[in-house]
Amino acid sequence: MNNLKSNIIRYIIKLSALITFGALFFLVGYILYRGIPNLSPSLFEFKYTSSNVSMFPSIINTLILVSITLVIATPIGVFTAFYLVEYANRGNKFVDLIRITTETLSGIPSIVYGLFGMLFFVYRLEFSYSLIAGTLTAAIMVLPLVIRSTEEALMSVDDSLREASFGLGAGKLRTIFRVVLPVAMPGILSGVILSIGRIVGETAALIYTFGTATQMAGGLFSSGRTLSVQMYMLSNEGLHVNESFATGVVLLIVILIINSLSTYLSNRLTKGRTN
Amino acid sequence: MDKLIIKDFDLYYDDFHALKDINMNIAEKEITAFIGPSGCGKSSLLKSLNRMNDLVEGCKITGEVLLDGKNIFDKNVDVNKLRKRIGMVFQKPNPFPMSIYDNIAYGPRTHNIKNKSKLDEIVEKSLRGAAIWDEVKDDLKKNALRLSGGQQQRICIARALAVEPEILLMDEPTSALDPISTAKIEELIQQLKEDYTIIIVTHNMQQATRVSDKTAFFLTGEVIEFNDTDTLFSVPKNKKTEDYITGRFG
Repeated sequence: MNNLKSNIIRYIIKLSALITFGALFFLVGYILYRGIPNLSPSLFEFKYTSSNVSMFPSIINTLILVSITLVIATPIGVFTAFYLVEYANRGNKFVDLIRITTETLSGIPSIVYGLFGMLFFVYRLEFSYSLIAGTLTAAIMVLPLVIRSTEEALMSVDDSLREASFGLGAGKLRTIFRVVLPVAMPGILSGVILSIGRIVGETAALIYTFGTATQMAGGLFSSGRTLSVQMYMLSNEGLHVNESFATGVVLLIVILIINSLSTYLSNRLTKGRTN
Repeated sequence: MDKLIIKDFDLYYDDFHALKDINMNIAEKEITAFIGPSGCGKSSLLKSLNRMNDLVEGCKITGEVLLDGKNIFDKNVDVNKLRKRIGMVFQKPNPFPMSIYDNIAYGPRTHNIKNKSKLDEIVEKSLRGAAIWDEVKDDLKKNALRLSGGQQQRICIARALAVEPEILLMDEPTSALDPISTAKIEELIQQLKEDYTIIIVTHNMQQATRVSDKTAFFLTGEVIEFNDTDTLFSVPKNKKTEDYITGRFG
């Protein structure tokens, strides 16, 4: 009887795993199946026209948006984490406030960021739909991610290393940059890479800030669409569903590369700790 | 010659009175051992001597510690310079996750020695001083974490020596090591006495008798007895000291 029960449970567990895998496999497979035949060189042409919906401009837009966002969000996020872990006294009220804020921010749906970005950057500051509005919105969105992962990376650095450095007469700055930072680096990097993934995959927050213009953004104040937005717009308009799938394939590949990079880096982090 | 004079020293962790009215003179180029059961305050005192206790929140100190006649808790004392003069070796070997060379050169570089040949010289001298030069001289680029625990601890001692301190504080430096490594470190401590004033915290009474010239016995935040090691262990004056060294408690 007991044997039968444990067998049933085992089958349920296996079935769950199978369903998960199957769903994922089907989804990825379907996108590849629909997308790959539609991938053609013309989709990578320099200009987007309504007859040839090239994704090249949106790829460039994505790269620019990601780069500028990281340039803004990484230093602010990393330094905030430095403050929280290395400088502030433990149990400081202000630290608790920042922690609560970042935790709350990371739980907010991206459409809310989009709405805020639109009301504040686009209308209030009169940036209109633009690269700068999109970047600032995306930066606020990934900030909690950068802060949390940096915080965790810093906290995982053994205090005895800090003690050793202080004990040799090194100041706080030298201790952080020469001893703590190199050890924490892989963890910080994997947070940054996760942020890249988040921005690349983002649509809701960007449609209302960066806009949906089809060409490459020519400057900070011009509008453009990222790859994800391009995919959304194409399928939404209904005229280029096949090309939308092709865009999906490219997006999938990009995300896959980003994820494996992040896994690789966090593996290196844990390996460094056990050695 | 007294190198360090501890005067009317009290230490609190918030409301907890961890060290009570400590008075002690530490002689130059001698080895002083602090012994006592866990929680008696011996490590707290040791860490106060190069102000590592500054890092502990809620830690408050009254009284004085005079290094060559100057109070180390004075407002105008540069903590980083103080720690250069009073080095520390910790309980658990804690080399930096970098090469052996960079570990040793970290201190001198901190104090603005950048010249390559000068650094080379310091690294060799420090590694020789810590009796590990012969084991690592062909492998200075190797990550220090890949050495054995005993070797790591000697690297940490070499790292402390590299800034040419006057006093070395050792916080149970062998408690995480095997007997053979322990013996090596003890031998090394004896050699270091030639040039350095050493204060060592130890749980191991045999170690205190083997390496130290003077011993202080701590109990619940007080120094019960402070005397020549031979005297303290053979004819203890205080009943509590006798109970402790004969193993009746602790």
